[in-house]
Amino acid sequence: MVVLVVLGLMIWFTTMRSLPVVQATGASFVTSSDWLPSAGDLGTLSFVYGTLVTAAVAMLLAVPVAIGVALFLSEIAPKRLRTPLAYLIDLLAAVPSVVYGLWGVLVLVPFLGNHVWGPVSDHAGGFPLFEGPATGRSYATAGIVLAIMALPIITAITREVIATVPSAHREAALALGATRWEVIRLAVLPYAKSGITGAVMLGLGRAMGETIAVALVIGGSSTISASLFHPGYTMASVIANEFPEATGDHINALIGIGVLLFVLTLIINVGARLLVWRTARKLR
Amino acid sequence: MAAGELRPEAAVEVRELAAFFGSRQVLRDISFEMPRHSVTAIIGPSGSGKSTLIRTINRMHEVVPGARHTGSVLVDGADVYGEGVDPVDVRRRVGMVFQRPNPFPTMSIYDNVAAGLRLNGIRGPKAQLDQIVEESLQGAGLWREVKDRLATSAANLSGGQQQRLCIARAIALEPDVLLMDEPASALDPQSTLRIEDLMVQLKEQYTIVIVTHNMQQAARVADFTAFMTTLEEGAPADLVEFDRTDAIFTNPARTETQDYVTGRFG
Repeated sequence: MVVLVVLGLMIWFTTMRSLPVVQATGASFVTSSDWLPSAGDLGTLSFVYGTLVTAAVAMLLAVPVAIGVALFLSEIAPKRLRTPLAYLIDLLAAVPSVVYGLWGVLVLVPFLGNHVWGPVSDHAGGFPLFEGPATGRSYATAGIVLAIMALPIITAITREVIATVPSAHREAALALGATRWEVIRLAVLPYAKSGITGAVMLGLGRAMGETIAVALVIGGSSTISASLFHPGYTMASVIANEFPEATGDHINALIGIGVLLFVLTLIINVGARLLVWRTARKLR
Repeated sequence: MAAGELRPEAAVEVRELAAFFGSRQVLRDISFEMPRHSVTAIIGPSGSGKSTLIRTINRMHEVVPGARHTGSVLVDGADVYGEGVDPVDVRRRVGMVFQRPNPFPTMSIYDNVAAGLRLNGIRGPKAQLDQIVEESLQGAGLWREVKDRLATSAANLSGGQQQRLCIARAIALEPDVLLMDEPASALDPQSTLRIEDLMVQLKEQYTIVIVTHNMQQAARVADFTAFMTTLEEGAPADLVEFDRTDAIFTNPARTETQDYVTGRFG
């Protein structure tokens, strides 16, 4: 109840603050990527784009690894290794995000920029996603940092979901002559599928909402670029970076971006739930 | 034990078997033979290691952490615990039906029956798979009820139908032996009778070992019956008596058996 009231107040306050400027800007608030608050240009499309692209890169990297790690920890690893390894993964979640950001900017940005993104774009630059000039501060680097940050959440929840798979299903598969992998494929994954989707959604929420770590490594450019190796901005990080110096409509527009981010995560969450629900129903 | 009266051809032979969970011993010195093409019932009070015994036959016992055994189990004369024997192969030859029906809930009826075949790399043309699925469902007495909805989820079947689906899934692999761990204990009387009829039919092709604590059930379906119990407080369970079912129920050699089958104990 209290949570709902607080949530309601938050939505009401932020919407009220940002509504006038959003109304004045009109549709171009979300359809334009011209962001020059001093000149009254308040198009936020490049931030929406940056949020979606970095989150997509993060999920693409984190989801397979997280599910793999969770399966390894709960099905394959020797019993005495499980607890310490799981603890190590959980520890990743305890690292403050600003520390990830500092590590990203001091280690990842120079390393990836010089030794990975650069060579890749030299060889595959014809492909728009990898077009140069490649810089360390880019969508791709932000995606990697976000992947590492989302990994422990997805892993921890996936492990818990796997632990709820009834032993009757495992035994059914084993008794048919299933190997360890076949038990996973036949009994564990189908049962855990919707729970794992939930885990991925939480990870996605983390990736889309992450602020400071992204602000440090994404480069801060309000342009839309197809190349993952170009600098950009995300909704959360632009708010963090510009809020201290913003005044007047600029502040209200930043608050508007916050509302937009909330709506976006809501849409993606509901969409994913519907997807799970529909695939579950199709089986009936 | 009246071993001389048994048919010589044993499908399953248990020799000096003992089973443990960690340091706790649950079975000791079990030796007997389950004849081919017959139903052997294992009866006894709860906690007398009946399930553990049949789980050693298809090596499901060792799936439980800390579980181990000594002694040997022979299926068709070959030690299932022999060196280099893969438990996966043992389980393919020794099918199992569990106490609670456990079809794969996210799979269709068809896919449930075909699951074991696909696992074991039996591919061939679709028509061949279709035929095995149909034969298995017919063998389990379920074909007529489900033939028009093979693609629907197995989760929508009744408990009795689900259990027969599990039987179809097990016999699709044409196992040598079919183990049934209280297959009817979670079912209503109607479904129980169907499963019992099925056992009598299936023994024409398979050797069936059934765990039950329903003595009437053992008397109705089993050719041979083994009675297990713990003879001393806290001790591992023993095989008290093994004989033809009618002998166990009408003229048991041991007073413990007599007490159990007449309801004075257990």
